[in-house]
Amino acid sequence: MSKQTLIQRHTASERLNHWMVAITFILAGLSGLGFFHPLFFWLTSLFGGGTWARILHPFFGAALSFFFFIWVARVWNDNRITAVDWQWGKHLGEILRNRTENLPPLGKYNLGQKLLTRTLLLAILLLLVSGILIWQPWFAPEFSVNLRRNAVVVHAFSAFVALTCFIVHVYAAYWTRGSIRAMTRGTVTATWARHHFAGWYKEMEGKNQ
Amino acid sequence: MTLQSLDIKRRSATTTPSPNARTTLEVVKLIDISKCIGCKACQVACMEWNDLRDTVGKNRGVYDNPADLSDQSWTVMRFAEVEPTPGRLEWLIRKDGCMHCADPGCLKSCPAPGAIIQYSNGIVDFHEEACVGCGYCIIGCPFNIPRLSRKDGKAYKCTLCSDRVAVNLEPACAKTCPTGAIIFGSKEDMLQHATGRIADLKERGYQQAGLYNPPGVGGTHVMYVLQHADRPELYQGLPKDPGISPLVVLWKEIAKTVMNIGLGAAIASGVIHYLTQGPNEVTEEKEETL
Repeated sequence: MSKQTLIQRHTASERLNHWMVAITFILAGLSGLGFFHPLFFWLTSLFGGGTWARILHPFFGAALSFFFFIWVARVWNDNRITAVDWQWGKHLGEILRNRTENLPPLGKYNLGQKLLTRTLLLAILLLLVSGILIWQPWFAPEFSVNLRRNAVVVHAFSAFVALTCFIVHVYAAYWTRGSIRAMTRGTVTATWARHHFAGWYKEMEGKNQ
Repeated sequence: MTLQSLDIKRRSATTTPSPNARTTLEVVKLIDISKCIGCKACQVACMEWNDLRDTVGKNRGVYDNPADLSDQSWTVMRFAEVEPTPGRLEWLIRKDGCMHCADPGCLKSCPAPGAIIQYSNGIVDFHEEACVGCGYCIIGCPFNIPRLSRKDGKAYKCTLCSDRVAVNLEPACAKTCPTGAIIFGSKEDMLQHATGRIADLKERGYQQAGLYNPPGVGGTHVMYVLQHADRPELYQGLPKDPGISPLVVLWKEIAKTVMNIGLGAAIASGVIHYLTQGPNEVTEEKEETL
């Protein structure tokens, strides 16, 4: 494989899935932030005002959960954490300083990505469950006020975790040059693949031969 | 809220000061349960003044009618047949409704700017036009008072007749009460009046008579004179020591402040990291040397 070769990293269907997650996440995030703190209430204007944001937010959240759970099911096999991943993790300090020599060869995803998947899965599960408990007017009246008090705390905390994951994910994609095209055009350069995911690169090389 | 006001102490979901050029006298509605005969004239007066009509419910074999507060019933009489001491039956009738807390849990929980207003006179009022219908006021209230309307998705509760009080009239329920069990006036006067009533009740054998003005919510602007102030739960579950749930405080005061800082820090870290370390780039040359 030449260095210039492009390697398929995500199929069109995977990319579509990813962007459905991204869009619903952004919609749920922006409408939800409006209720998170008065500082962000103006964001509800993007959805036609406070009442519309309140009506739409849970549907965005439900759609996000739907697309995200499908996504996780699809990438789960490549997300199993291996000994190599932990070895890679020990070099995190160097990696953050762009010193990437002496890194072990990784599979399709690195430890950061794998932990992100798990954290988001947990956060979105908690958001879904706590969200149903406080979903007005459909479900909330069925649950006790005390249960709902717990739910709002869990919902706010999980939202914070999910938003932090989002910030880390977006930044990491931007910081690691050549990554974003994997989710837009579906391909990465062979150089990129060999550098970041040597194990996966070898595997793909083998397939192509 | 029906009138513009310049005497607002607090607005929901607002981080800047509210218009408070004017400060009004703190008012209290005092409900003397020992004088209540359960005639429900206050319920009728509330319906009449506020022009509300609840749907006709089912007879459940008890005097409570309607059975519960709703978006159309802002006050209900709650009847309790209890034996505070064995063999001594008492019929305790409590007019339930918003307590107008000095530290209102509904206002703390509300995410919609200006949907809940606390006036300097102590009245806590819902401004339904700004209400988004999230039901968080229900989660915040220690007395289980606000109700979401099925019809318009807005939360409703007793206004303490803020519209009447604003023009120097007493609340409709106080105006109509035939026995004087509901009286309305300045907080100072009401506390004084309550002291007299409690002394009278004690003289009549109610040794535990007292005022219900729970400190857990900073005191209330609707107070009860109770024959058994040591056991408020006798009065159909009036909470003994109500306060804003620690979960609500955690949710609204601690967690969100910390989380806003956390989100800001995450973004700042990204910017600083990029500016100091630069992108994680793989160049052809770099790759060749490997």
